[in-house]
Amino acid sequence: MGKRVTSHVETPSQTTGYRLRVEPREGVTIVKLEGRLALEDMRSLMSELLSIPRAGMSQRISVDLSGVEYLDSAGALALIELQNRGSALSIPVDLLNISEKNHGLLSLIDREVIQRPPLRPEVVRSSIVENLGELARRQYRDFQEIMSFVGELITALLYCLAHPRLVRWADVMFYMKRAGADGLPIVALISLLLGLIMAFMSSLQLKQFGANIYVANLVTIAMVRELGPIMTAIIVAGRSGSAFAAEIGTMIVNDEVNALVTMGFDPTRFLAVPKVLAAMIVVPILTVYSDFFAILGGLIVGVTGLDLTVYTYILQTKSSISIFDFVTSLTKAVVFALLISGIGCQRGFQVKGGAEGVGTSTTSAVVSAIFLIILFDSAFAIMLNYLRH
Amino acid sequence: MERVSPSDRDPVIIVENLTARYDDVTILENVSFEVYRGERFMILGGSGCGKSTLLKHMIGLLKPSSGRVLINGIDITQADERWLQQVRRQIGVLFQADALFGSMSLAQNVALPLTEYTDLSPELVREIVKMKLGLVDLSGYDNHMPAELSGGMRKRAGLARAMALDPMFLFFDEPWAGLDPVTAAELDILIRSINEGIGTTMVFVTQELASIFNLGQRVIMLHKEARGIIARGTPAELREKSTDSRVMNFFNRHAV
Repeated sequence: MGKRVTSHVETPSQTTGYRLRVEPREGVTIVKLEGRLALEDMRSLMSELLSIPRAGMSQRISVDLSGVEYLDSAGALALIELQNRGSALSIPVDLLNISEKNHGLLSLIDREVIQRPPLRPEVVRSSIVENLGELARRQYRDFQEIMSFVGELITALLYCLAHPRLVRWADVMFYMKRAGADGLPIVALISLLLGLIMAFMSSLQLKQFGANIYVANLVTIAMVRELGPIMTAIIVAGRSGSAFAAEIGTMIVNDEVNALVTMGFDPTRFLAVPKVLAAMIVVPILTVYSDFFAILGGLIVGVTGLDLTVYTYILQTKSSISIFDFVTSLTKAVVFALLISGIGCQRGFQVKGGAEGVGTSTTSAVVSAIFLIILFDSAFAIMLNYLRH
Repeated sequence: MERVSPSDRDPVIIVENLTARYDDVTILENVSFEVYRGERFMILGGSGCGKSTLLKHMIGLLKPSSGRVLINGIDITQADERWLQQVRRQIGVLFQADALFGSMSLAQNVALPLTEYTDLSPELVREIVKMKLGLVDLSGYDNHMPAELSGGMRKRAGLARAMALDPMFLFFDEPWAGLDPVTAAELDILIRSINEGIGTTMVFVTQELASIFNLGQRVIMLHKEARGIIARGTPAELREKSTDSRVMNFFNRHAV
C-alpha cells in the first residue's frame, strides 16, 4: 500500500494522559487542561475537577481547553459535571477555547439526562414474606401449566393412537436413535461398573458366611427390580430430557413454535408426541441392556474373584428373578420414559425470554424428571409389595 | 454528498489482498481497500456476496486464509492475544440481531464493558451509562430489559453498548434490517450526529439503498461471482456513472 499508518494505540501507563493547572486570579479561577481527557483517566480527572468549585467561592471558573489534544465522551462528561457542580453552588463555569470537533461532542451530550431518574426503579430485593408469596404463586402457576400440558399431551397421544398414520414416524425414529442407540454405550458402561461394584462389595460380606453364590441373587434382584430402571431413567433424563427442553425452548425463542401454530399444527402433537413415543419405546430396551450389563459385571466378579463358574452364576441368576419382576421392571421403565420426556417437553414449552430462559428450563427439566422418577418409584415399591402378596 | 478532503486521508483501516475461504469454498479473493479516519464507509452487495464475512475478518472474528487487515497499524491477522485485546477495546460492533444480553437490563448491558475494562467507581459508571443512553435517545430506560423494547430501541441500545468505551471504530452489520422507514431514518440521523460529533470512524455492511445515500461517504460493492470488489466510489458516482450492469441493477432495484 505504501502508506504509513500512524498508530494511536496508547499503552496503559501509571501517569495520567492529561495535565491540569489551577491559577487563581482576581475574580476568576483559571483551570488549564492539556493532553488527553479520556475514559482511562476519568476517575482522577473527575475527582480533581469536582474539587475545584468550593462553597463560598464567589468567583467564576474559566476552563481553558486550548491544550486538549483528545476529548472523548467520558472527558466531556467530566466537564459537564464540573458545570453542574458549579451551578449547584451558583458559580458560573465557562469552557473556553474549545476546538470545533470537541464542541460537536460537547453539544451531543444532553446535560439533563445524566440526572434524570430511570422511568422504572431498579428491582430491589423484597422481604422474606414477599419472596415466599412470590414463590408460592409461581409454584401454583407452574402446577397449573403442568396439569394443562398433561391434559394436552394425553389428548394428543390418544388422538395419535386413534390415527396412527398422523404420527410423524420419521421423527420418532430419529429420537429413538438419539435417546436410545446413542445412549447405549454410556448406559452399558455405567451398568457394568455398577454390577462390578455391587458384586465386589457384597462378596466381601457374603464370603464370610460362605454364601458366595448369593452375590448373583443380590445383583440380579437389586438391578432388575430397582436400580436398572432408575439408573437408566436418570441417564436418559440427563441426556435426552434436557435435550428435549433445550430444543423446544430454542424453538420458542426463535418463534418457530408460533410459526407451527399459524400453519395450523398442534405443537404438542407435532413436537412432543414423537419425543414421548420414542422415549417410551427405547427406555425399556435400554433398561434391559442395563440389567444385562450389570449382571455381566456381577458375573465377572463372581468368576474371577469368587471361584464360581459361569454356568452356576447364570443358573443362580435365572432362579432369582421371576417373570413378574421383569415385567414390572419394564412397566416402570415405560412410566419413567413418559415422565422424563413429558416434563422435558413441558419445560421447553414454558421457556420465556432468551438464552437464560432456555438454560433455566433445561436445568428444571432434569431436576423435575429425577424428582418424579424417585417419587413414582416409591409409589411402585409400595404398590408392587401388595401385588406380590 | 460531502467527500473527505484529500488532506484528511489518514488510512486507519487497511485491508490488503484478503482472501477468505470456508473450507474449500472461496468467498473473497484478493480484496484490498482502505478506510480513512472519521469517514462513514460502506460495504455493499447482494445477499451471499461475502459482506458479512468481510466484516467478520475486519473485526478479527475470522482469520483470512491469506492477506492482512491493519487496524491503527496493528495487523490483527497476526497479532497475539494481548494486541488483539488492545485493538478490540477500540472497536465497537453493532450486530444485526442487536446481541443485547437478554438477562441484563439496558444499564447493565452498557455498564458491562465499563466495569470489566476500567476501574471506575459504580457511581461514575452509572453516570456514563446514563450519558450513553441519553446519546442514543433512550434516557430513562436504564432498568428496562431488552425484551421489553421495540426493534428500533434495541438497535439504539446495542449502539450505546458498542460505544461504551468510546471506540475509535464502529462497525455496523445491517443496522437497518427489520426497521420501519421512519425508525431507520431516525437511526441515520443518530449515527450521523455521533459520527460528526465524536469523529468515530464507521464501517457499515448494508444493502439498504435509502441509508446508503443518507450516510455513505465512500462505498465498495462486492459481488458473489467476482468474489471481490466490482465498484468503488461515492454512492452517487456508482448510481450515475457506473456502466456495470450488476451495479446498475443494485442501485435501481432491478430484478436480474
